[in-house]
Amino acid sequence: MADVSGPPKESFRLSQLIYDSRYRSLTIQVVATFLLTAAIVWLGMNLVENLNRLGRGFDLGFLWQRAGYDISQTLIPYTSESTHGRAVLVGMLNTLLVAFLGCILATIIGVIAGVLRLSNNWIVSRLMAVYVEGFRNVPLLLWLLLIFAVLTEATPEPREFRPDENGVAAYSMFLGDSMAFTARGTLIPAPVWEPGSGVLVVIFIASIIGAFVWRRHALRQLYQFGRVVPILWPVLGILILPTLIGFFLLGRPISLEYPVLGRFNFSGGATISNAFMALWLGLSLYTGAFIAEIVRAGILAVSKGQTEAAYALGLRPRRTLSLVVLPQALRVIIPPLISQFLNLTKNSSLAIAVTYPDIRATLGGTAITTTGKELEGLLLMGLFFLALSFLISGVMNFYNSRVKLKER
Amino acid sequence: MKKSVFFGVLTAAGLVAGASAAATLDDVKARGTLNCGVTTGLTGFAAPDANGEWQGFDVAVCRAVAAAILSDPTAVEFVPTTGQTRFTALAAGEIDMLARNTTWTFSRDTDLKFDFTGINYYDGQGFIVPSALGVSSAKELDGATICIQTGTTTELNLADYFRTNNISYEPVPIETNAEGQQQYLAGACDAYTTDASGLAATRASFENPGDHIILPEIISKEPLGPLVRHGDSEWGDIVRWTLNALIAAEELGITSANVAEMSSAPGDNPEINRLLGTEGDLGAMIGLDAEWAKRAIMAEGNYGEIFEKNIGETTPIGLARGLNAQWQDGGLLYAPPFR
Repeated sequence: MADVSGPPKESFRLSQLIYDSRYRSLTIQVVATFLLTAAIVWLGMNLVENLNRLGRGFDLGFLWQRAGYDISQTLIPYTSESTHGRAVLVGMLNTLLVAFLGCILATIIGVIAGVLRLSNNWIVSRLMAVYVEGFRNVPLLLWLLLIFAVLTEATPEPREFRPDENGVAAYSMFLGDSMAFTARGTLIPAPVWEPGSGVLVVIFIASIIGAFVWRRHALRQLYQFGRVVPILWPVLGILILPTLIGFFLLGRPISLEYPVLGRFNFSGGATISNAFMALWLGLSLYTGAFIAEIVRAGILAVSKGQTEAAYALGLRPRRTLSLVVLPQALRVIIPPLISQFLNLTKNSSLAIAVTYPDIRATLGGTAITTTGKELEGLLLMGLFFLALSFLISGVMNFYNSRVKLKER
Repeated sequence: MKKSVFFGVLTAAGLVAGASAAATLDDVKARGTLNCGVTTGLTGFAAPDANGEWQGFDVAVCRAVAAAILSDPTAVEFVPTTGQTRFTALAAGEIDMLARNTTWTFSRDTDLKFDFTGINYYDGQGFIVPSALGVSSAKELDGATICIQTGTTTELNLADYFRTNNISYEPVPIETNAEGQQQYLAGACDAYTTDASGLAATRASFENPGDHIILPEIISKEPLGPLVRHGDSEWGDIVRWTLNALIAAEELGITSANVAEMSSAPGDNPEINRLLGTEGDLGAMIGLDAEWAKRAIMAEGNYGEIFEKNIGETTPIGLARGLNAQWQDGGLLYAPPFR
C-alpha cells in the first residue's frame, strides 16, 4: 500500500513574491504604487519647498480681487471693476460657447464629408478626400491663423462703409443694409423684444412640441397600420404658421434692429466677432475632418449584405443609408467621436492666437501675469478642462449606451 | 525610519539644488553665456537684424552685462518672451535677466518677487491711429476698437483711462507686438496702444509711417528697466551697476571710441579712474575683475551712444531724448556715484 501523505504543507518563502505567479502581480502592484506615491509626494514637496523659498504660498484669494482689465466678448455682465473670479467665469463661458457650437458644426461637417467621401461620384469623393487630408495633416494653429487672416485682411474696415463727399462708399452692406462683413466681425440684425414677444415665444415652443407629436403620430400610423402619413409639410406648417399668425395678430412684437455705422464702429445689431468666427470655423473644419474619417469607417464597418438586403427589399439608397446603414454605423462611430469632441474642446484653448477671450486668455493669461499666480491659475484651468471633459464623455457615454447593440 | 531618511535625503537634495540656483553669477560663468529675456521683436529695442543678430536698445543692456561678466558681448542667448511668458521664464530660471520694455511697478517688484535693477527708458503709454480717422485726442476714441497686448500694464491702464473718462471701447487682446501691428494695419482695430516708444518703433516699420499719428495723450508712467529674480542680490547688483556704468559713462564723457585710451592709464578724474578700474577695486566688490565696466562700455558704447544708434533721432524710430536725457540736460538719468 502506497504511503499516501497529504499535499505538502504550504510554507511561504520570500522568493515566492517574485517567482510565484500567484504573488508576482501583487508584488509588482505594491512596488509600483509605492514608487508612484513617492514620486508624487516628492514633486509635491518640491513644489511647496520652492514656493516657500519664493515666499509665495498657494492662495486663491486673487479670484476676489479687482480684475482691472476689459474683455471683448462677455456673455455675462462684466466691467474692469469686476473681480478676477468673474473674468474667469467670462472666459469659461466663452470657451463653453465655442466648444459647444464647434462640436455641433464639426459633427454636421464630419457626417456630410464622411458620407460624401464614399460617394460613387468621383469628383465629390475626391473633393472630400482633399478636404479631409488637407485639414487632418496641417496643424490646427496654422488653420486658425489662416482663417483669421482671411477674415480680417480680406474684409473692409468699418470706415470704408462711410460715403465720401460724393456720397459713394467703397463698400456697402448686404440684404437691404442689414448685414455687413468687416475686418472686426460680421454684423447681423438683432431682434428687439417688445411687450407681447413672450407670448410669441410660448407659441413657438408649443408648435415645436406639436411638431414632435405629429411626427410620433405619423410614425405610429406607419408602423402599426402601414398607413403613410406625410411628415415634412405638416411639420413645417405646424412650426411656422401659428407663430407667423401670432406675430401679426399681436402687432409685430419682435422687430429687427439693424447695425448702423457710428463714429468708429457699427452700433446696434449684433456682431459676431472675427475672433469667434475664426476659432469656431477652424475648430469645426479641423475636427470635422477627423469625424469624417470616423463616419466613413463606421459606414464601411456595416456589412455590405445589409445594404444589399435593403436594396432587395426595395429601399432607395437614401433610405438605406438613413434607416439601415447609419443606425448600425453609429455604434462604431460614437466612441471615437467622444474623443474628437474632447479634442475640440481642449483645442479651443488656442483661442488667444486669434484674439478670442477664452479661459486661457483670462485666467491663464492676464490674470496670472497681473497677479503672479501661475500655479493656481494653471491648476484651476486644468481642473476646468478636466471637469468639462468628464462632462462631455459622461453625456456621450450615456448616449452611446442608448444606441449601442442591445444584447439580450 | 527608513522612509524619513528617504525623504530627508530628497529634501536635502532639493535644498542643495535650490542653493546653487540662487548664485546666478556662478551659473552664468559656468555656462559661458548669459540667458537674456527680450521681446519677440520690437524694432529698435530688440529684434534680429538681417543677419539674425539681435540688435536694439534692450539688447545692448544684455550685451553690456555679458561683456562685463564673460568678456564677450556676443555670449548672450536671447530668449524671446511675450507679455505673458516673460515673468514665468524669469521666475523659473529659464533666463538670468529680463530686458524687455518691462514697467517697474510695486506689485511686480514685491508680490511677483522680482528686483528691478534700474530704469533704462522712461516711457508712457500712448495711442497710434490712422490719420484718415480724423482723431486728434485719445478722448475722442469713444466707441473705438483698440488693440492691446494682454498681460501688460498697458492693458490695465487702458481700462482705467477709459473708465475714468467715461468713454467706452472694445478691446482686441493680442499676444505680441507683431500681431498687434498686423491687426492694426488690417483694420481689426481703430487704434493700437502700448508704450509710446514702442509705438514709434512700430510705426517706423510701417510701409507708410506718415499715414499714422501718435496721439498727444500719454496716459501713464511707464518706467522700463531690466529686472532679475528676487533673492540673489549679488546678481542684481551686477546688472544694476552695469546699467549705471553705461549711464555714468555718458555723463563722464567715456565713449566706445575713447574708453580703451582712457583706461590705459589713470587720468585726472578719479571717478573715471574708479569706473574703469585704473584706481581702486570696484570690480572686486561685485565679484568681477577691475575692467568690467570698460568692457561693458566697449560692447555697444555708453547710454547715449546706445540710444542714438538704436532709437535716436537719426534712426527711423526717431525718439528724442526727452526724459531720458542726463540730469544736467534736464532729463531723469542720474547714475549714483561710483565710489
